[in-house]
Amino acid sequence: MLVPISWLRDFVDIDVPVELLAERLTVAGLEVAHLKYIGLPQQSVEGVRMPRSDHLVWDRDKLLLARIVEVKAHPNADRLVLAMVDYGGERPEQCVTGATNLFRYKDAGPIDPPIWSAFAMEGAEVWDGHSDKPKRMTLKGKELRGIYNKSMVCSEKELGISDEHEGVIVMEHEAHYVAGAPLADVLGDVVLDIEFTPNLARCFSMIGVAREVAAILGVEMRYPSFDFLAEGEPIEGQVHIDIREPALNPRFTLALLRDTEVKQSPFWMQHRLKLIGQRPRNNIVDVTNYLTFELGQPMHAFDYDKLVERAGGTPTIITRLPESGEQLETLDDVLRDLGRETILVADSAGALSLGGVIGGGDSEINDTTRNVLLEAAAWNNISIRKTLREQKVHTEASTRFSRGVHPSQAILGCGRGIELMRQLGGGTVARGLLDAYPVPPEQVTVEVSIERIEGLLGMKVTIEQAAQVLRRLEFEVTVAGDLIRATAPDHRLDISADPLVGQHDLLEEIARIIGYDQIPDTIMADEMPPQRENTTVLIEERIRDILVGSGLYETINYRFTSRESEAQLAPSGAQSSLPQADYVEIANPAASERDALRHTLMINMLETAANNARYQTTQQVFEIGKVYLGAGELLPEEPLRLGILLTGPRNPAWWGGAGSAGDMDFFDMKGVVESLMHALHISDFSMKRGTHSSYHPGRSADLLVAGACIGSFGELHPEVAARFKLTDAKVIYAEFAVEPLIWQQQRLHAIEALPTTPAVLEDIALVVNADTPASEVEAVIRQAGGRLLKEALLFDVYTGDQIPAGKKSLAYALTYQDENRTLTDKNAAKIRRKIIGAAQHRLKAELRA
Amino acid sequence: MSDSIAEIRRDALDALRTVTDRDRLADWRSQYLGRRGAVSALFGTIGGLPPEERASFGQRVNALRQELDQAFEARENLVQSHLLARDLEEGEIDISLPANPRERGGLHPSTRTHREFQMIWADMGFQVYQSRDVEADEFNFTLLNLPPHHPARDMQDTFYTKDPRVLLRTHTSPGQIRAMRELGDGGTKPIRVILPGMCYRQEQVTARSEIQFTQVEGLAIGRNIRMSDLKGTIAEFAKRMYSPTAKVRYRASYFPFTEPSMEVDVECFLCGGEGCRVCKYTGWLEIAGSGMVHPDVLRNGGYDPSQWSGFAFGMGPERITMLKHGIQDIRYFWGNDLRFLQQF
Repeated sequence: MLVPISWLRDFVDIDVPVELLAERLTVAGLEVAHLKYIGLPQQSVEGVRMPRSDHLVWDRDKLLLARIVEVKAHPNADRLVLAMVDYGGERPEQCVTGATNLFRYKDAGPIDPPIWSAFAMEGAEVWDGHSDKPKRMTLKGKELRGIYNKSMVCSEKELGISDEHEGVIVMEHEAHYVAGAPLADVLGDVVLDIEFTPNLARCFSMIGVAREVAAILGVEMRYPSFDFLAEGEPIEGQVHIDIREPALNPRFTLALLRDTEVKQSPFWMQHRLKLIGQRPRNNIVDVTNYLTFELGQPMHAFDYDKLVERAGGTPTIITRLPESGEQLETLDDVLRDLGRETILVADSAGALSLGGVIGGGDSEINDTTRNVLLEAAAWNNISIRKTLREQKVHTEASTRFSRGVHPSQAILGCGRGIELMRQLGGGTVARGLLDAYPVPPEQVTVEVSIERIEGLLGMKVTIEQAAQVLRRLEFEVTVAGDLIRATAPDHRLDISADPLVGQHDLLEEIARIIGYDQIPDTIMADEMPPQRENTTVLIEERIRDILVGSGLYETINYRFTSRESEAQLAPSGAQSSLPQADYVEIANPAASERDALRHTLMINMLETAANNARYQTTQQVFEIGKVYLGAGELLPEEPLRLGILLTGPRNPAWWGGAGSAGDMDFFDMKGVVESLMHALHISDFSMKRGTHSSYHPGRSADLLVAGACIGSFGELHPEVAARFKLTDAKVIYAEFAVEPLIWQQQRLHAIEALPTTPAVLEDIALVVNADTPASEVEAVIRQAGGRLLKEALLFDVYTGDQIPAGKKSLAYALTYQDENRTLTDKNAAKIRRKIIGAAQHRLKAELRA
Repeated sequence: MSDSIAEIRRDALDALRTVTDRDRLADWRSQYLGRRGAVSALFGTIGGLPPEERASFGQRVNALRQELDQAFEARENLVQSHLLARDLEEGEIDISLPANPRERGGLHPSTRTHREFQMIWADMGFQVYQSRDVEADEFNFTLLNLPPHHPARDMQDTFYTKDPRVLLRTHTSPGQIRAMRELGDGGTKPIRVILPGMCYRQEQVTARSEIQFTQVEGLAIGRNIRMSDLKGTIAEFAKRMYSPTAKVRYRASYFPFTEPSMEVDVECFLCGGEGCRVCKYTGWLEIAGSGMVHPDVLRNGGYDPSQWSGFAFGMGPERITMLKHGIQDIRYFWGNDLRFLQQF
């Protein structure tokens, strides 16, 4: 909300720089987001930093309050006039001006009463009113169509007040105006842009902010008068109120003004409305807007005669819920279907307005209105919120009512509103106000001991200090011993009747007004809970470290996807191997391709890989994150998964030639998986040929840990890869459940002692059937080699001309070693014979020459 | 036979003088001193000699072998020192040629910041408690003092699921209720946890806002937890996370689940509080929302608010990461462009 400091000063004396006030308000919870300066200089305050403002600062000697005493024709130009300006000098200054709003005074003799305006002398700096972009200019003397001119009467744009440049500023006479006074003292201002959290509903007005300022600065609050001069027929009998839903409409008040004139508001009213971003309309509507912002009590003005006409007699204002199928065309020219939740202001002829939100067109004030019925009511804020959601409409009134306006304010608004209308438009106010108040809220009184305050704040506070803060905030406070009893003021709805919650409410008020900076910093003296390690976090972080150590980069993807996207992960005609679970579907997705939560990490990892493929040939990445599996319960299961993706050349291109190692394949992933298992010291793992449909049917494996499958890895099915345009190199992917690894990893493991005896190394090459798995050959070798065979490393796989078709040659580097003695050639030969024998016997292998 | 010894000696020494590299050294050695070399051959002829000559012949062959061994050793030393000298002289490489690249791998920047958080909080006795992403409306809002239609629900643009009772958590705060109920043992045990995790909001994705983001929530429950403890704890965190001299500012604020509530600002570490573009010329950076746990929330967690109190805070690691590394666009985080990830 925009809050001009000049308006605040109506209610409270502010004896600190605006910049300091802004800082104090901000730390007290009214965040001042921005200060807009009008003519006044920005001040520097110790300890307060503000963005530097580049506004125009009004020269106190050259920009003056002045009165235009006469307007004469320009002898050489029809579209220019000569304004005779009394700026306090010895004789009036003649200004050549094209201001259209002065033309009507042309050659009409002295203006009575004179018009007050803003006068810029030679040498004054102003904004260039004719420039589209902000451009400063300094006034210099020059001839304008033959008449010398060195000063001017200013528009709002030239002063930086608004973009208005149609005419010059025209102000009505005020008692304290003196020609030649610095303009800065009259129109200089600073507008605070304050953001309110939902608990500060009471602050949504000048008076609301002024109360806070008064409490923060410790000064008196000065309320405006809510009395009104009423000399007309009593209002009773001229209109009736019928509240049918008191819970939704706890109060409804009406005042009546007869024989008034609808016209433009005076300058001060228009100026204030413009300062806060409101467009002035006419004196009646302007008053309702003005009070919405001044008091925080939104109001509505009806054309009384139209109501009489609609009712065919004395109107009755009815507040009620809509009838089925009821419609209303509102002031924004929208014909609205009224749902069952919307509370209406109506009369016997039908709906008049959406209560507390927006008026209807039918009973609107227009230029011919003479009798005005003014409404100030209270509405249930939840009900208003439902209306807003249903009708998708927001107004200044609904902003306030949806957060909560205390019903006590209605009568104040009604009184002040009708009086202002009378002052601006004339007429006679009916005596009395009509006040239907079926549900007054209960007064809330909270009791709190000073011990409790001190105990929760951790700060020394005297009971007098606490009581005074609350009094400054207009609580009624009594102190008895160490107990404070505080009754919340009428304008507050945020103090809870629950004794403990109410105490916290008071605590917050005391702390923020004294200042959070006054509370000391302490170290918790309370009992420390037992420190338990989080095993899931530990293993997650361990896996991250292991994979990063293997040269992989961690990614974190969106957890959103769509059913259709994940369906792409199975080749056509194949059953998907993804979890058979319900999707968590988003009712209001950000995009249709993100309308569900993922069942697998694969989908987003492939999409990311496709993005990265535009820039990088080699990708080695992983992600640890949740997948979301609906299981028929209210909430889905959220198991943790590890996804790994490898693609592209094994070694990056290099001038030294290492790039020849080819593209990564299944075995690179197998290496990552094995090294992960080894690093976690999980010994009980194995792999078997996989069946997951997202992979190439011949190039995938399942990973079994402690006998249970925890996921699969392999070369992505070419059809799936093609869908993601990942066709330049094979994509190798792995996905595993993380939780099973927690229980299987060995936290303690024994190491093997380093042998002191020499090892015997030798190579053998076995020719076996091409379809014999290497794992089987290795198993036979290891079993035959027994305890003394320490290592059997496959270093070559050969198929080709030198061996028969349908065969392959597997070459192993064997290491024999006995920890207890040095092996002789004879010992080694014996092991070798056993290995070859077993291979011949069990695998029908032949030793390759 | 002595002729043959002398002849071999002369040939060998002559030949050795021309040897200048390791291969020919080895050749020479095997030619003369190897198992099938000339000296061995001489020993092999001993058997064919008359017995009275055998001893003296044997001695001379032995002497020859010793002499050749020594000569070899000397020559080897000479060759090696020459080779070394030449290598040092001629073996210069262009060290400006590009390196053979190593893939070093790297953690996601978000993980790095979370680890930093977790370490600091662990030192203050806050353990990690993980809570779920898909939440009941009840936990995300109602139990946190945000009943249906509460104005503060407007502060958060919520992703709802097709079951209106279920949503994607908009903040890590529902974990407070779960932690209290799980660790509090019916409201009888103190708690000190942090709750890191992914949160979701239905927002326009721009350089400054994302539909998913991480938060770290903190919660301390005890019999005598004071607002001053909250301030002291946060100040300690700020000292470790930002700078030992970091100034902290507290502003009154509003969160439905804490009261009193406050926002915590730390002096902008980029400009030292002087005011810069990043801190919008205020000298302050917002780092946390916090407050004393609301009595209703304590009750919903199973604690008696007249006997127990607590504080809670919430922080946004992405923002801190962005500030520390000058990241201008929050979309970098889940975009996973390797060119971004490789910079950490």
